[in-house]
Amino acid sequence: MNKAKKLLYSQKVAPYVFVLPFVLSLLIFWLYPLISGIVMSFQEVSFGGKTFVGMTNYQKLAGDKFFSTAVKNSVEYMILTLILMIPIPMVLAVLMESRLTKARGVWKVIMYVPALTSVVISGLMFRLMFSEGDNGQMNVLLHMFGQPSFAWLKTKSTAWCALLLLCLWRWTGVNMLYFISGLKAIDTSLYESASIDGANSKQQFWYITLPLLKPTTIYVLTISVFAGLSMFLESFMLWNGNSSPKNIGLTIVGYLYKRGIEKNDMGYACAVGVVLMIIALIINFIQLFATGTMSFKKKED
Amino acid sequence: MAANTPKQKTMESNHKVGTFLSTGLFVIVCGFIAFPLVAGFLGSFRPGSEVVTKGLSLDFKSPLSLNNYKYLFAMFNPNNKDQTALVDSRKYFMWYKNSLVLTITTVILTLLVCYFIAYGLTMYKFKLGGFLFFMVIATMSVPFEILMLPLYQEITVLGIINSNAGVILPGLCAAGTIFFFRQYMTTLPKELLDAARVDGCTEYGISVKIMMPITKPAFASQAIMCAMGSWNNMLWPMMVFRDTSKFTLQIGLNTLLTPYGNNYDLLIAGSMFGILPILVIYLIFNRYLVDGMTSGAVKG
Repeated sequence: MNKAKKLLYSQKVAPYVFVLPFVLSLLIFWLYPLISGIVMSFQEVSFGGKTFVGMTNYQKLAGDKFFSTAVKNSVEYMILTLILMIPIPMVLAVLMESRLTKARGVWKVIMYVPALTSVVISGLMFRLMFSEGDNGQMNVLLHMFGQPSFAWLKTKSTAWCALLLLCLWRWTGVNMLYFISGLKAIDTSLYESASIDGANSKQQFWYITLPLLKPTTIYVLTISVFAGLSMFLESFMLWNGNSSPKNIGLTIVGYLYKRGIEKNDMGYACAVGVVLMIIALIINFIQLFATGTMSFKKKED
Repeated sequence: MAANTPKQKTMESNHKVGTFLSTGLFVIVCGFIAFPLVAGFLGSFRPGSEVVTKGLSLDFKSPLSLNNYKYLFAMFNPNNKDQTALVDSRKYFMWYKNSLVLTITTVILTLLVCYFIAYGLTMYKFKLGGFLFFMVIATMSVPFEILMLPLYQEITVLGIINSNAGVILPGLCAAGTIFFFRQYMTTLPKELLDAARVDGCTEYGISVKIMMPITKPAFASQAIMCAMGSWNNMLWPMMVFRDTSKFTLQIGLNTLLTPYGNNYDLLIAGSMFGILPILVIYLIFNRYLVDGMTSGAVKG
């Protein structure tokens, strides 16, 4: 065995060989696009080349009505999904794991199925059920009460019902599974001693389950924040492309896609991306402090 | 005897009421969940143009026919004489094949690469190890949509736009998969490595011959997660692929949804048939899937 080969096979070099693909991928497909995105946000990018324009893109963004609509929609959507997608799956998980529910396996299998369908297919189903045609499910329901057909996807409140129902439909089962795995990690003897001490099931939920589910709740919260903020395809599918009536379905990523891909205005679109990143970071920090995951102080004590 | 006391009797009946309510709730929830799929499935047996223009509802009364599926599978029917059906059917199964090829390649490459990265990060103590693992977490906390546009430019420059490589390479080192493998491997005894070293196995030999077989369950659950993600992936492939002949099923289905389209039969039957591969994998392996999904949640 020659020297170079021996070195390559040594315990000191081997770990670097193993992680090499990650280092390369990190540099090429993460760090580089991240930096070039930030740089491009200060540039005017056209077929001719790139020219530095300073804060112009951001100044334009500040006065861009479409952009403020997009930010408002995305943040609103995120908040609404958080309100729906944490308590409902959590309660379902607790019920599912309680001895009360029969045939649990069947329900678990069924509830996960929507997550297997793509946005294209599930979006299509919801779009057609909320169709303004007489045969759409929602209009069939209206007809039962003697009401005429209604254009569900053209009014913001009803269109958002469709959007939120789609989200609820696809992800309730998934989030429920996360909470179930969190519940399984809780020591059952806690419940036993609590019931000996006379705590009823409501008290057990508030004082044992809820606090001990915190890591899972934080995890679900984090992924829901990101998913909510970067929602795009759901609205893309419901409105057949990126143009909803009065922009009721315009989101930040939707706007980024529109400017970057459909209008080929990369610099401006990158500025949209940077703002999205800043919003995500701010929310992340607020959440880390609020939930106490950020424990600098505890370590110092 | 004890069961005859009045207090325990009420408890027992309370328990029965609770079981009834709780199980009933799940029956209703699962009803809502099954609803769109059942409606869609029934809808796929009706004329597509009617469903798309008039809407979709759960309707057991309208007549059902196999026409959409006959149209969809025309290329496999030797007696088929409808030329447009043949063209459409070929187009659909070309997308189907593209999706299958892309999904299988993605799963194999991603799993292997992520396994070795996680192996390096878990099994050795080295200078950069801690920092690199921190970076794995860091990449998870930046939404992909932010990197999307610069990445799009980058792969255009690299010349891998409009190719499978352009779709696969940027996502090859999937942070979630690395994280999962690492979590799994930290539970395994490291003494195995030393024993193998004494026996004269090389560092790379150990990773393949000793550790890989033990991590099989982790491979299984990640394979399903990865296959699901890849089969259903839409946004990034939509940006990368230009030619209709390279489209994946999801992009292809989306193109059928044009206002002047006359392909609605294909769309509605094709959508239902498009869920099938993932559904089959899910029903066979759903136990592994649950393990794979819930790995990150416990530790947060």
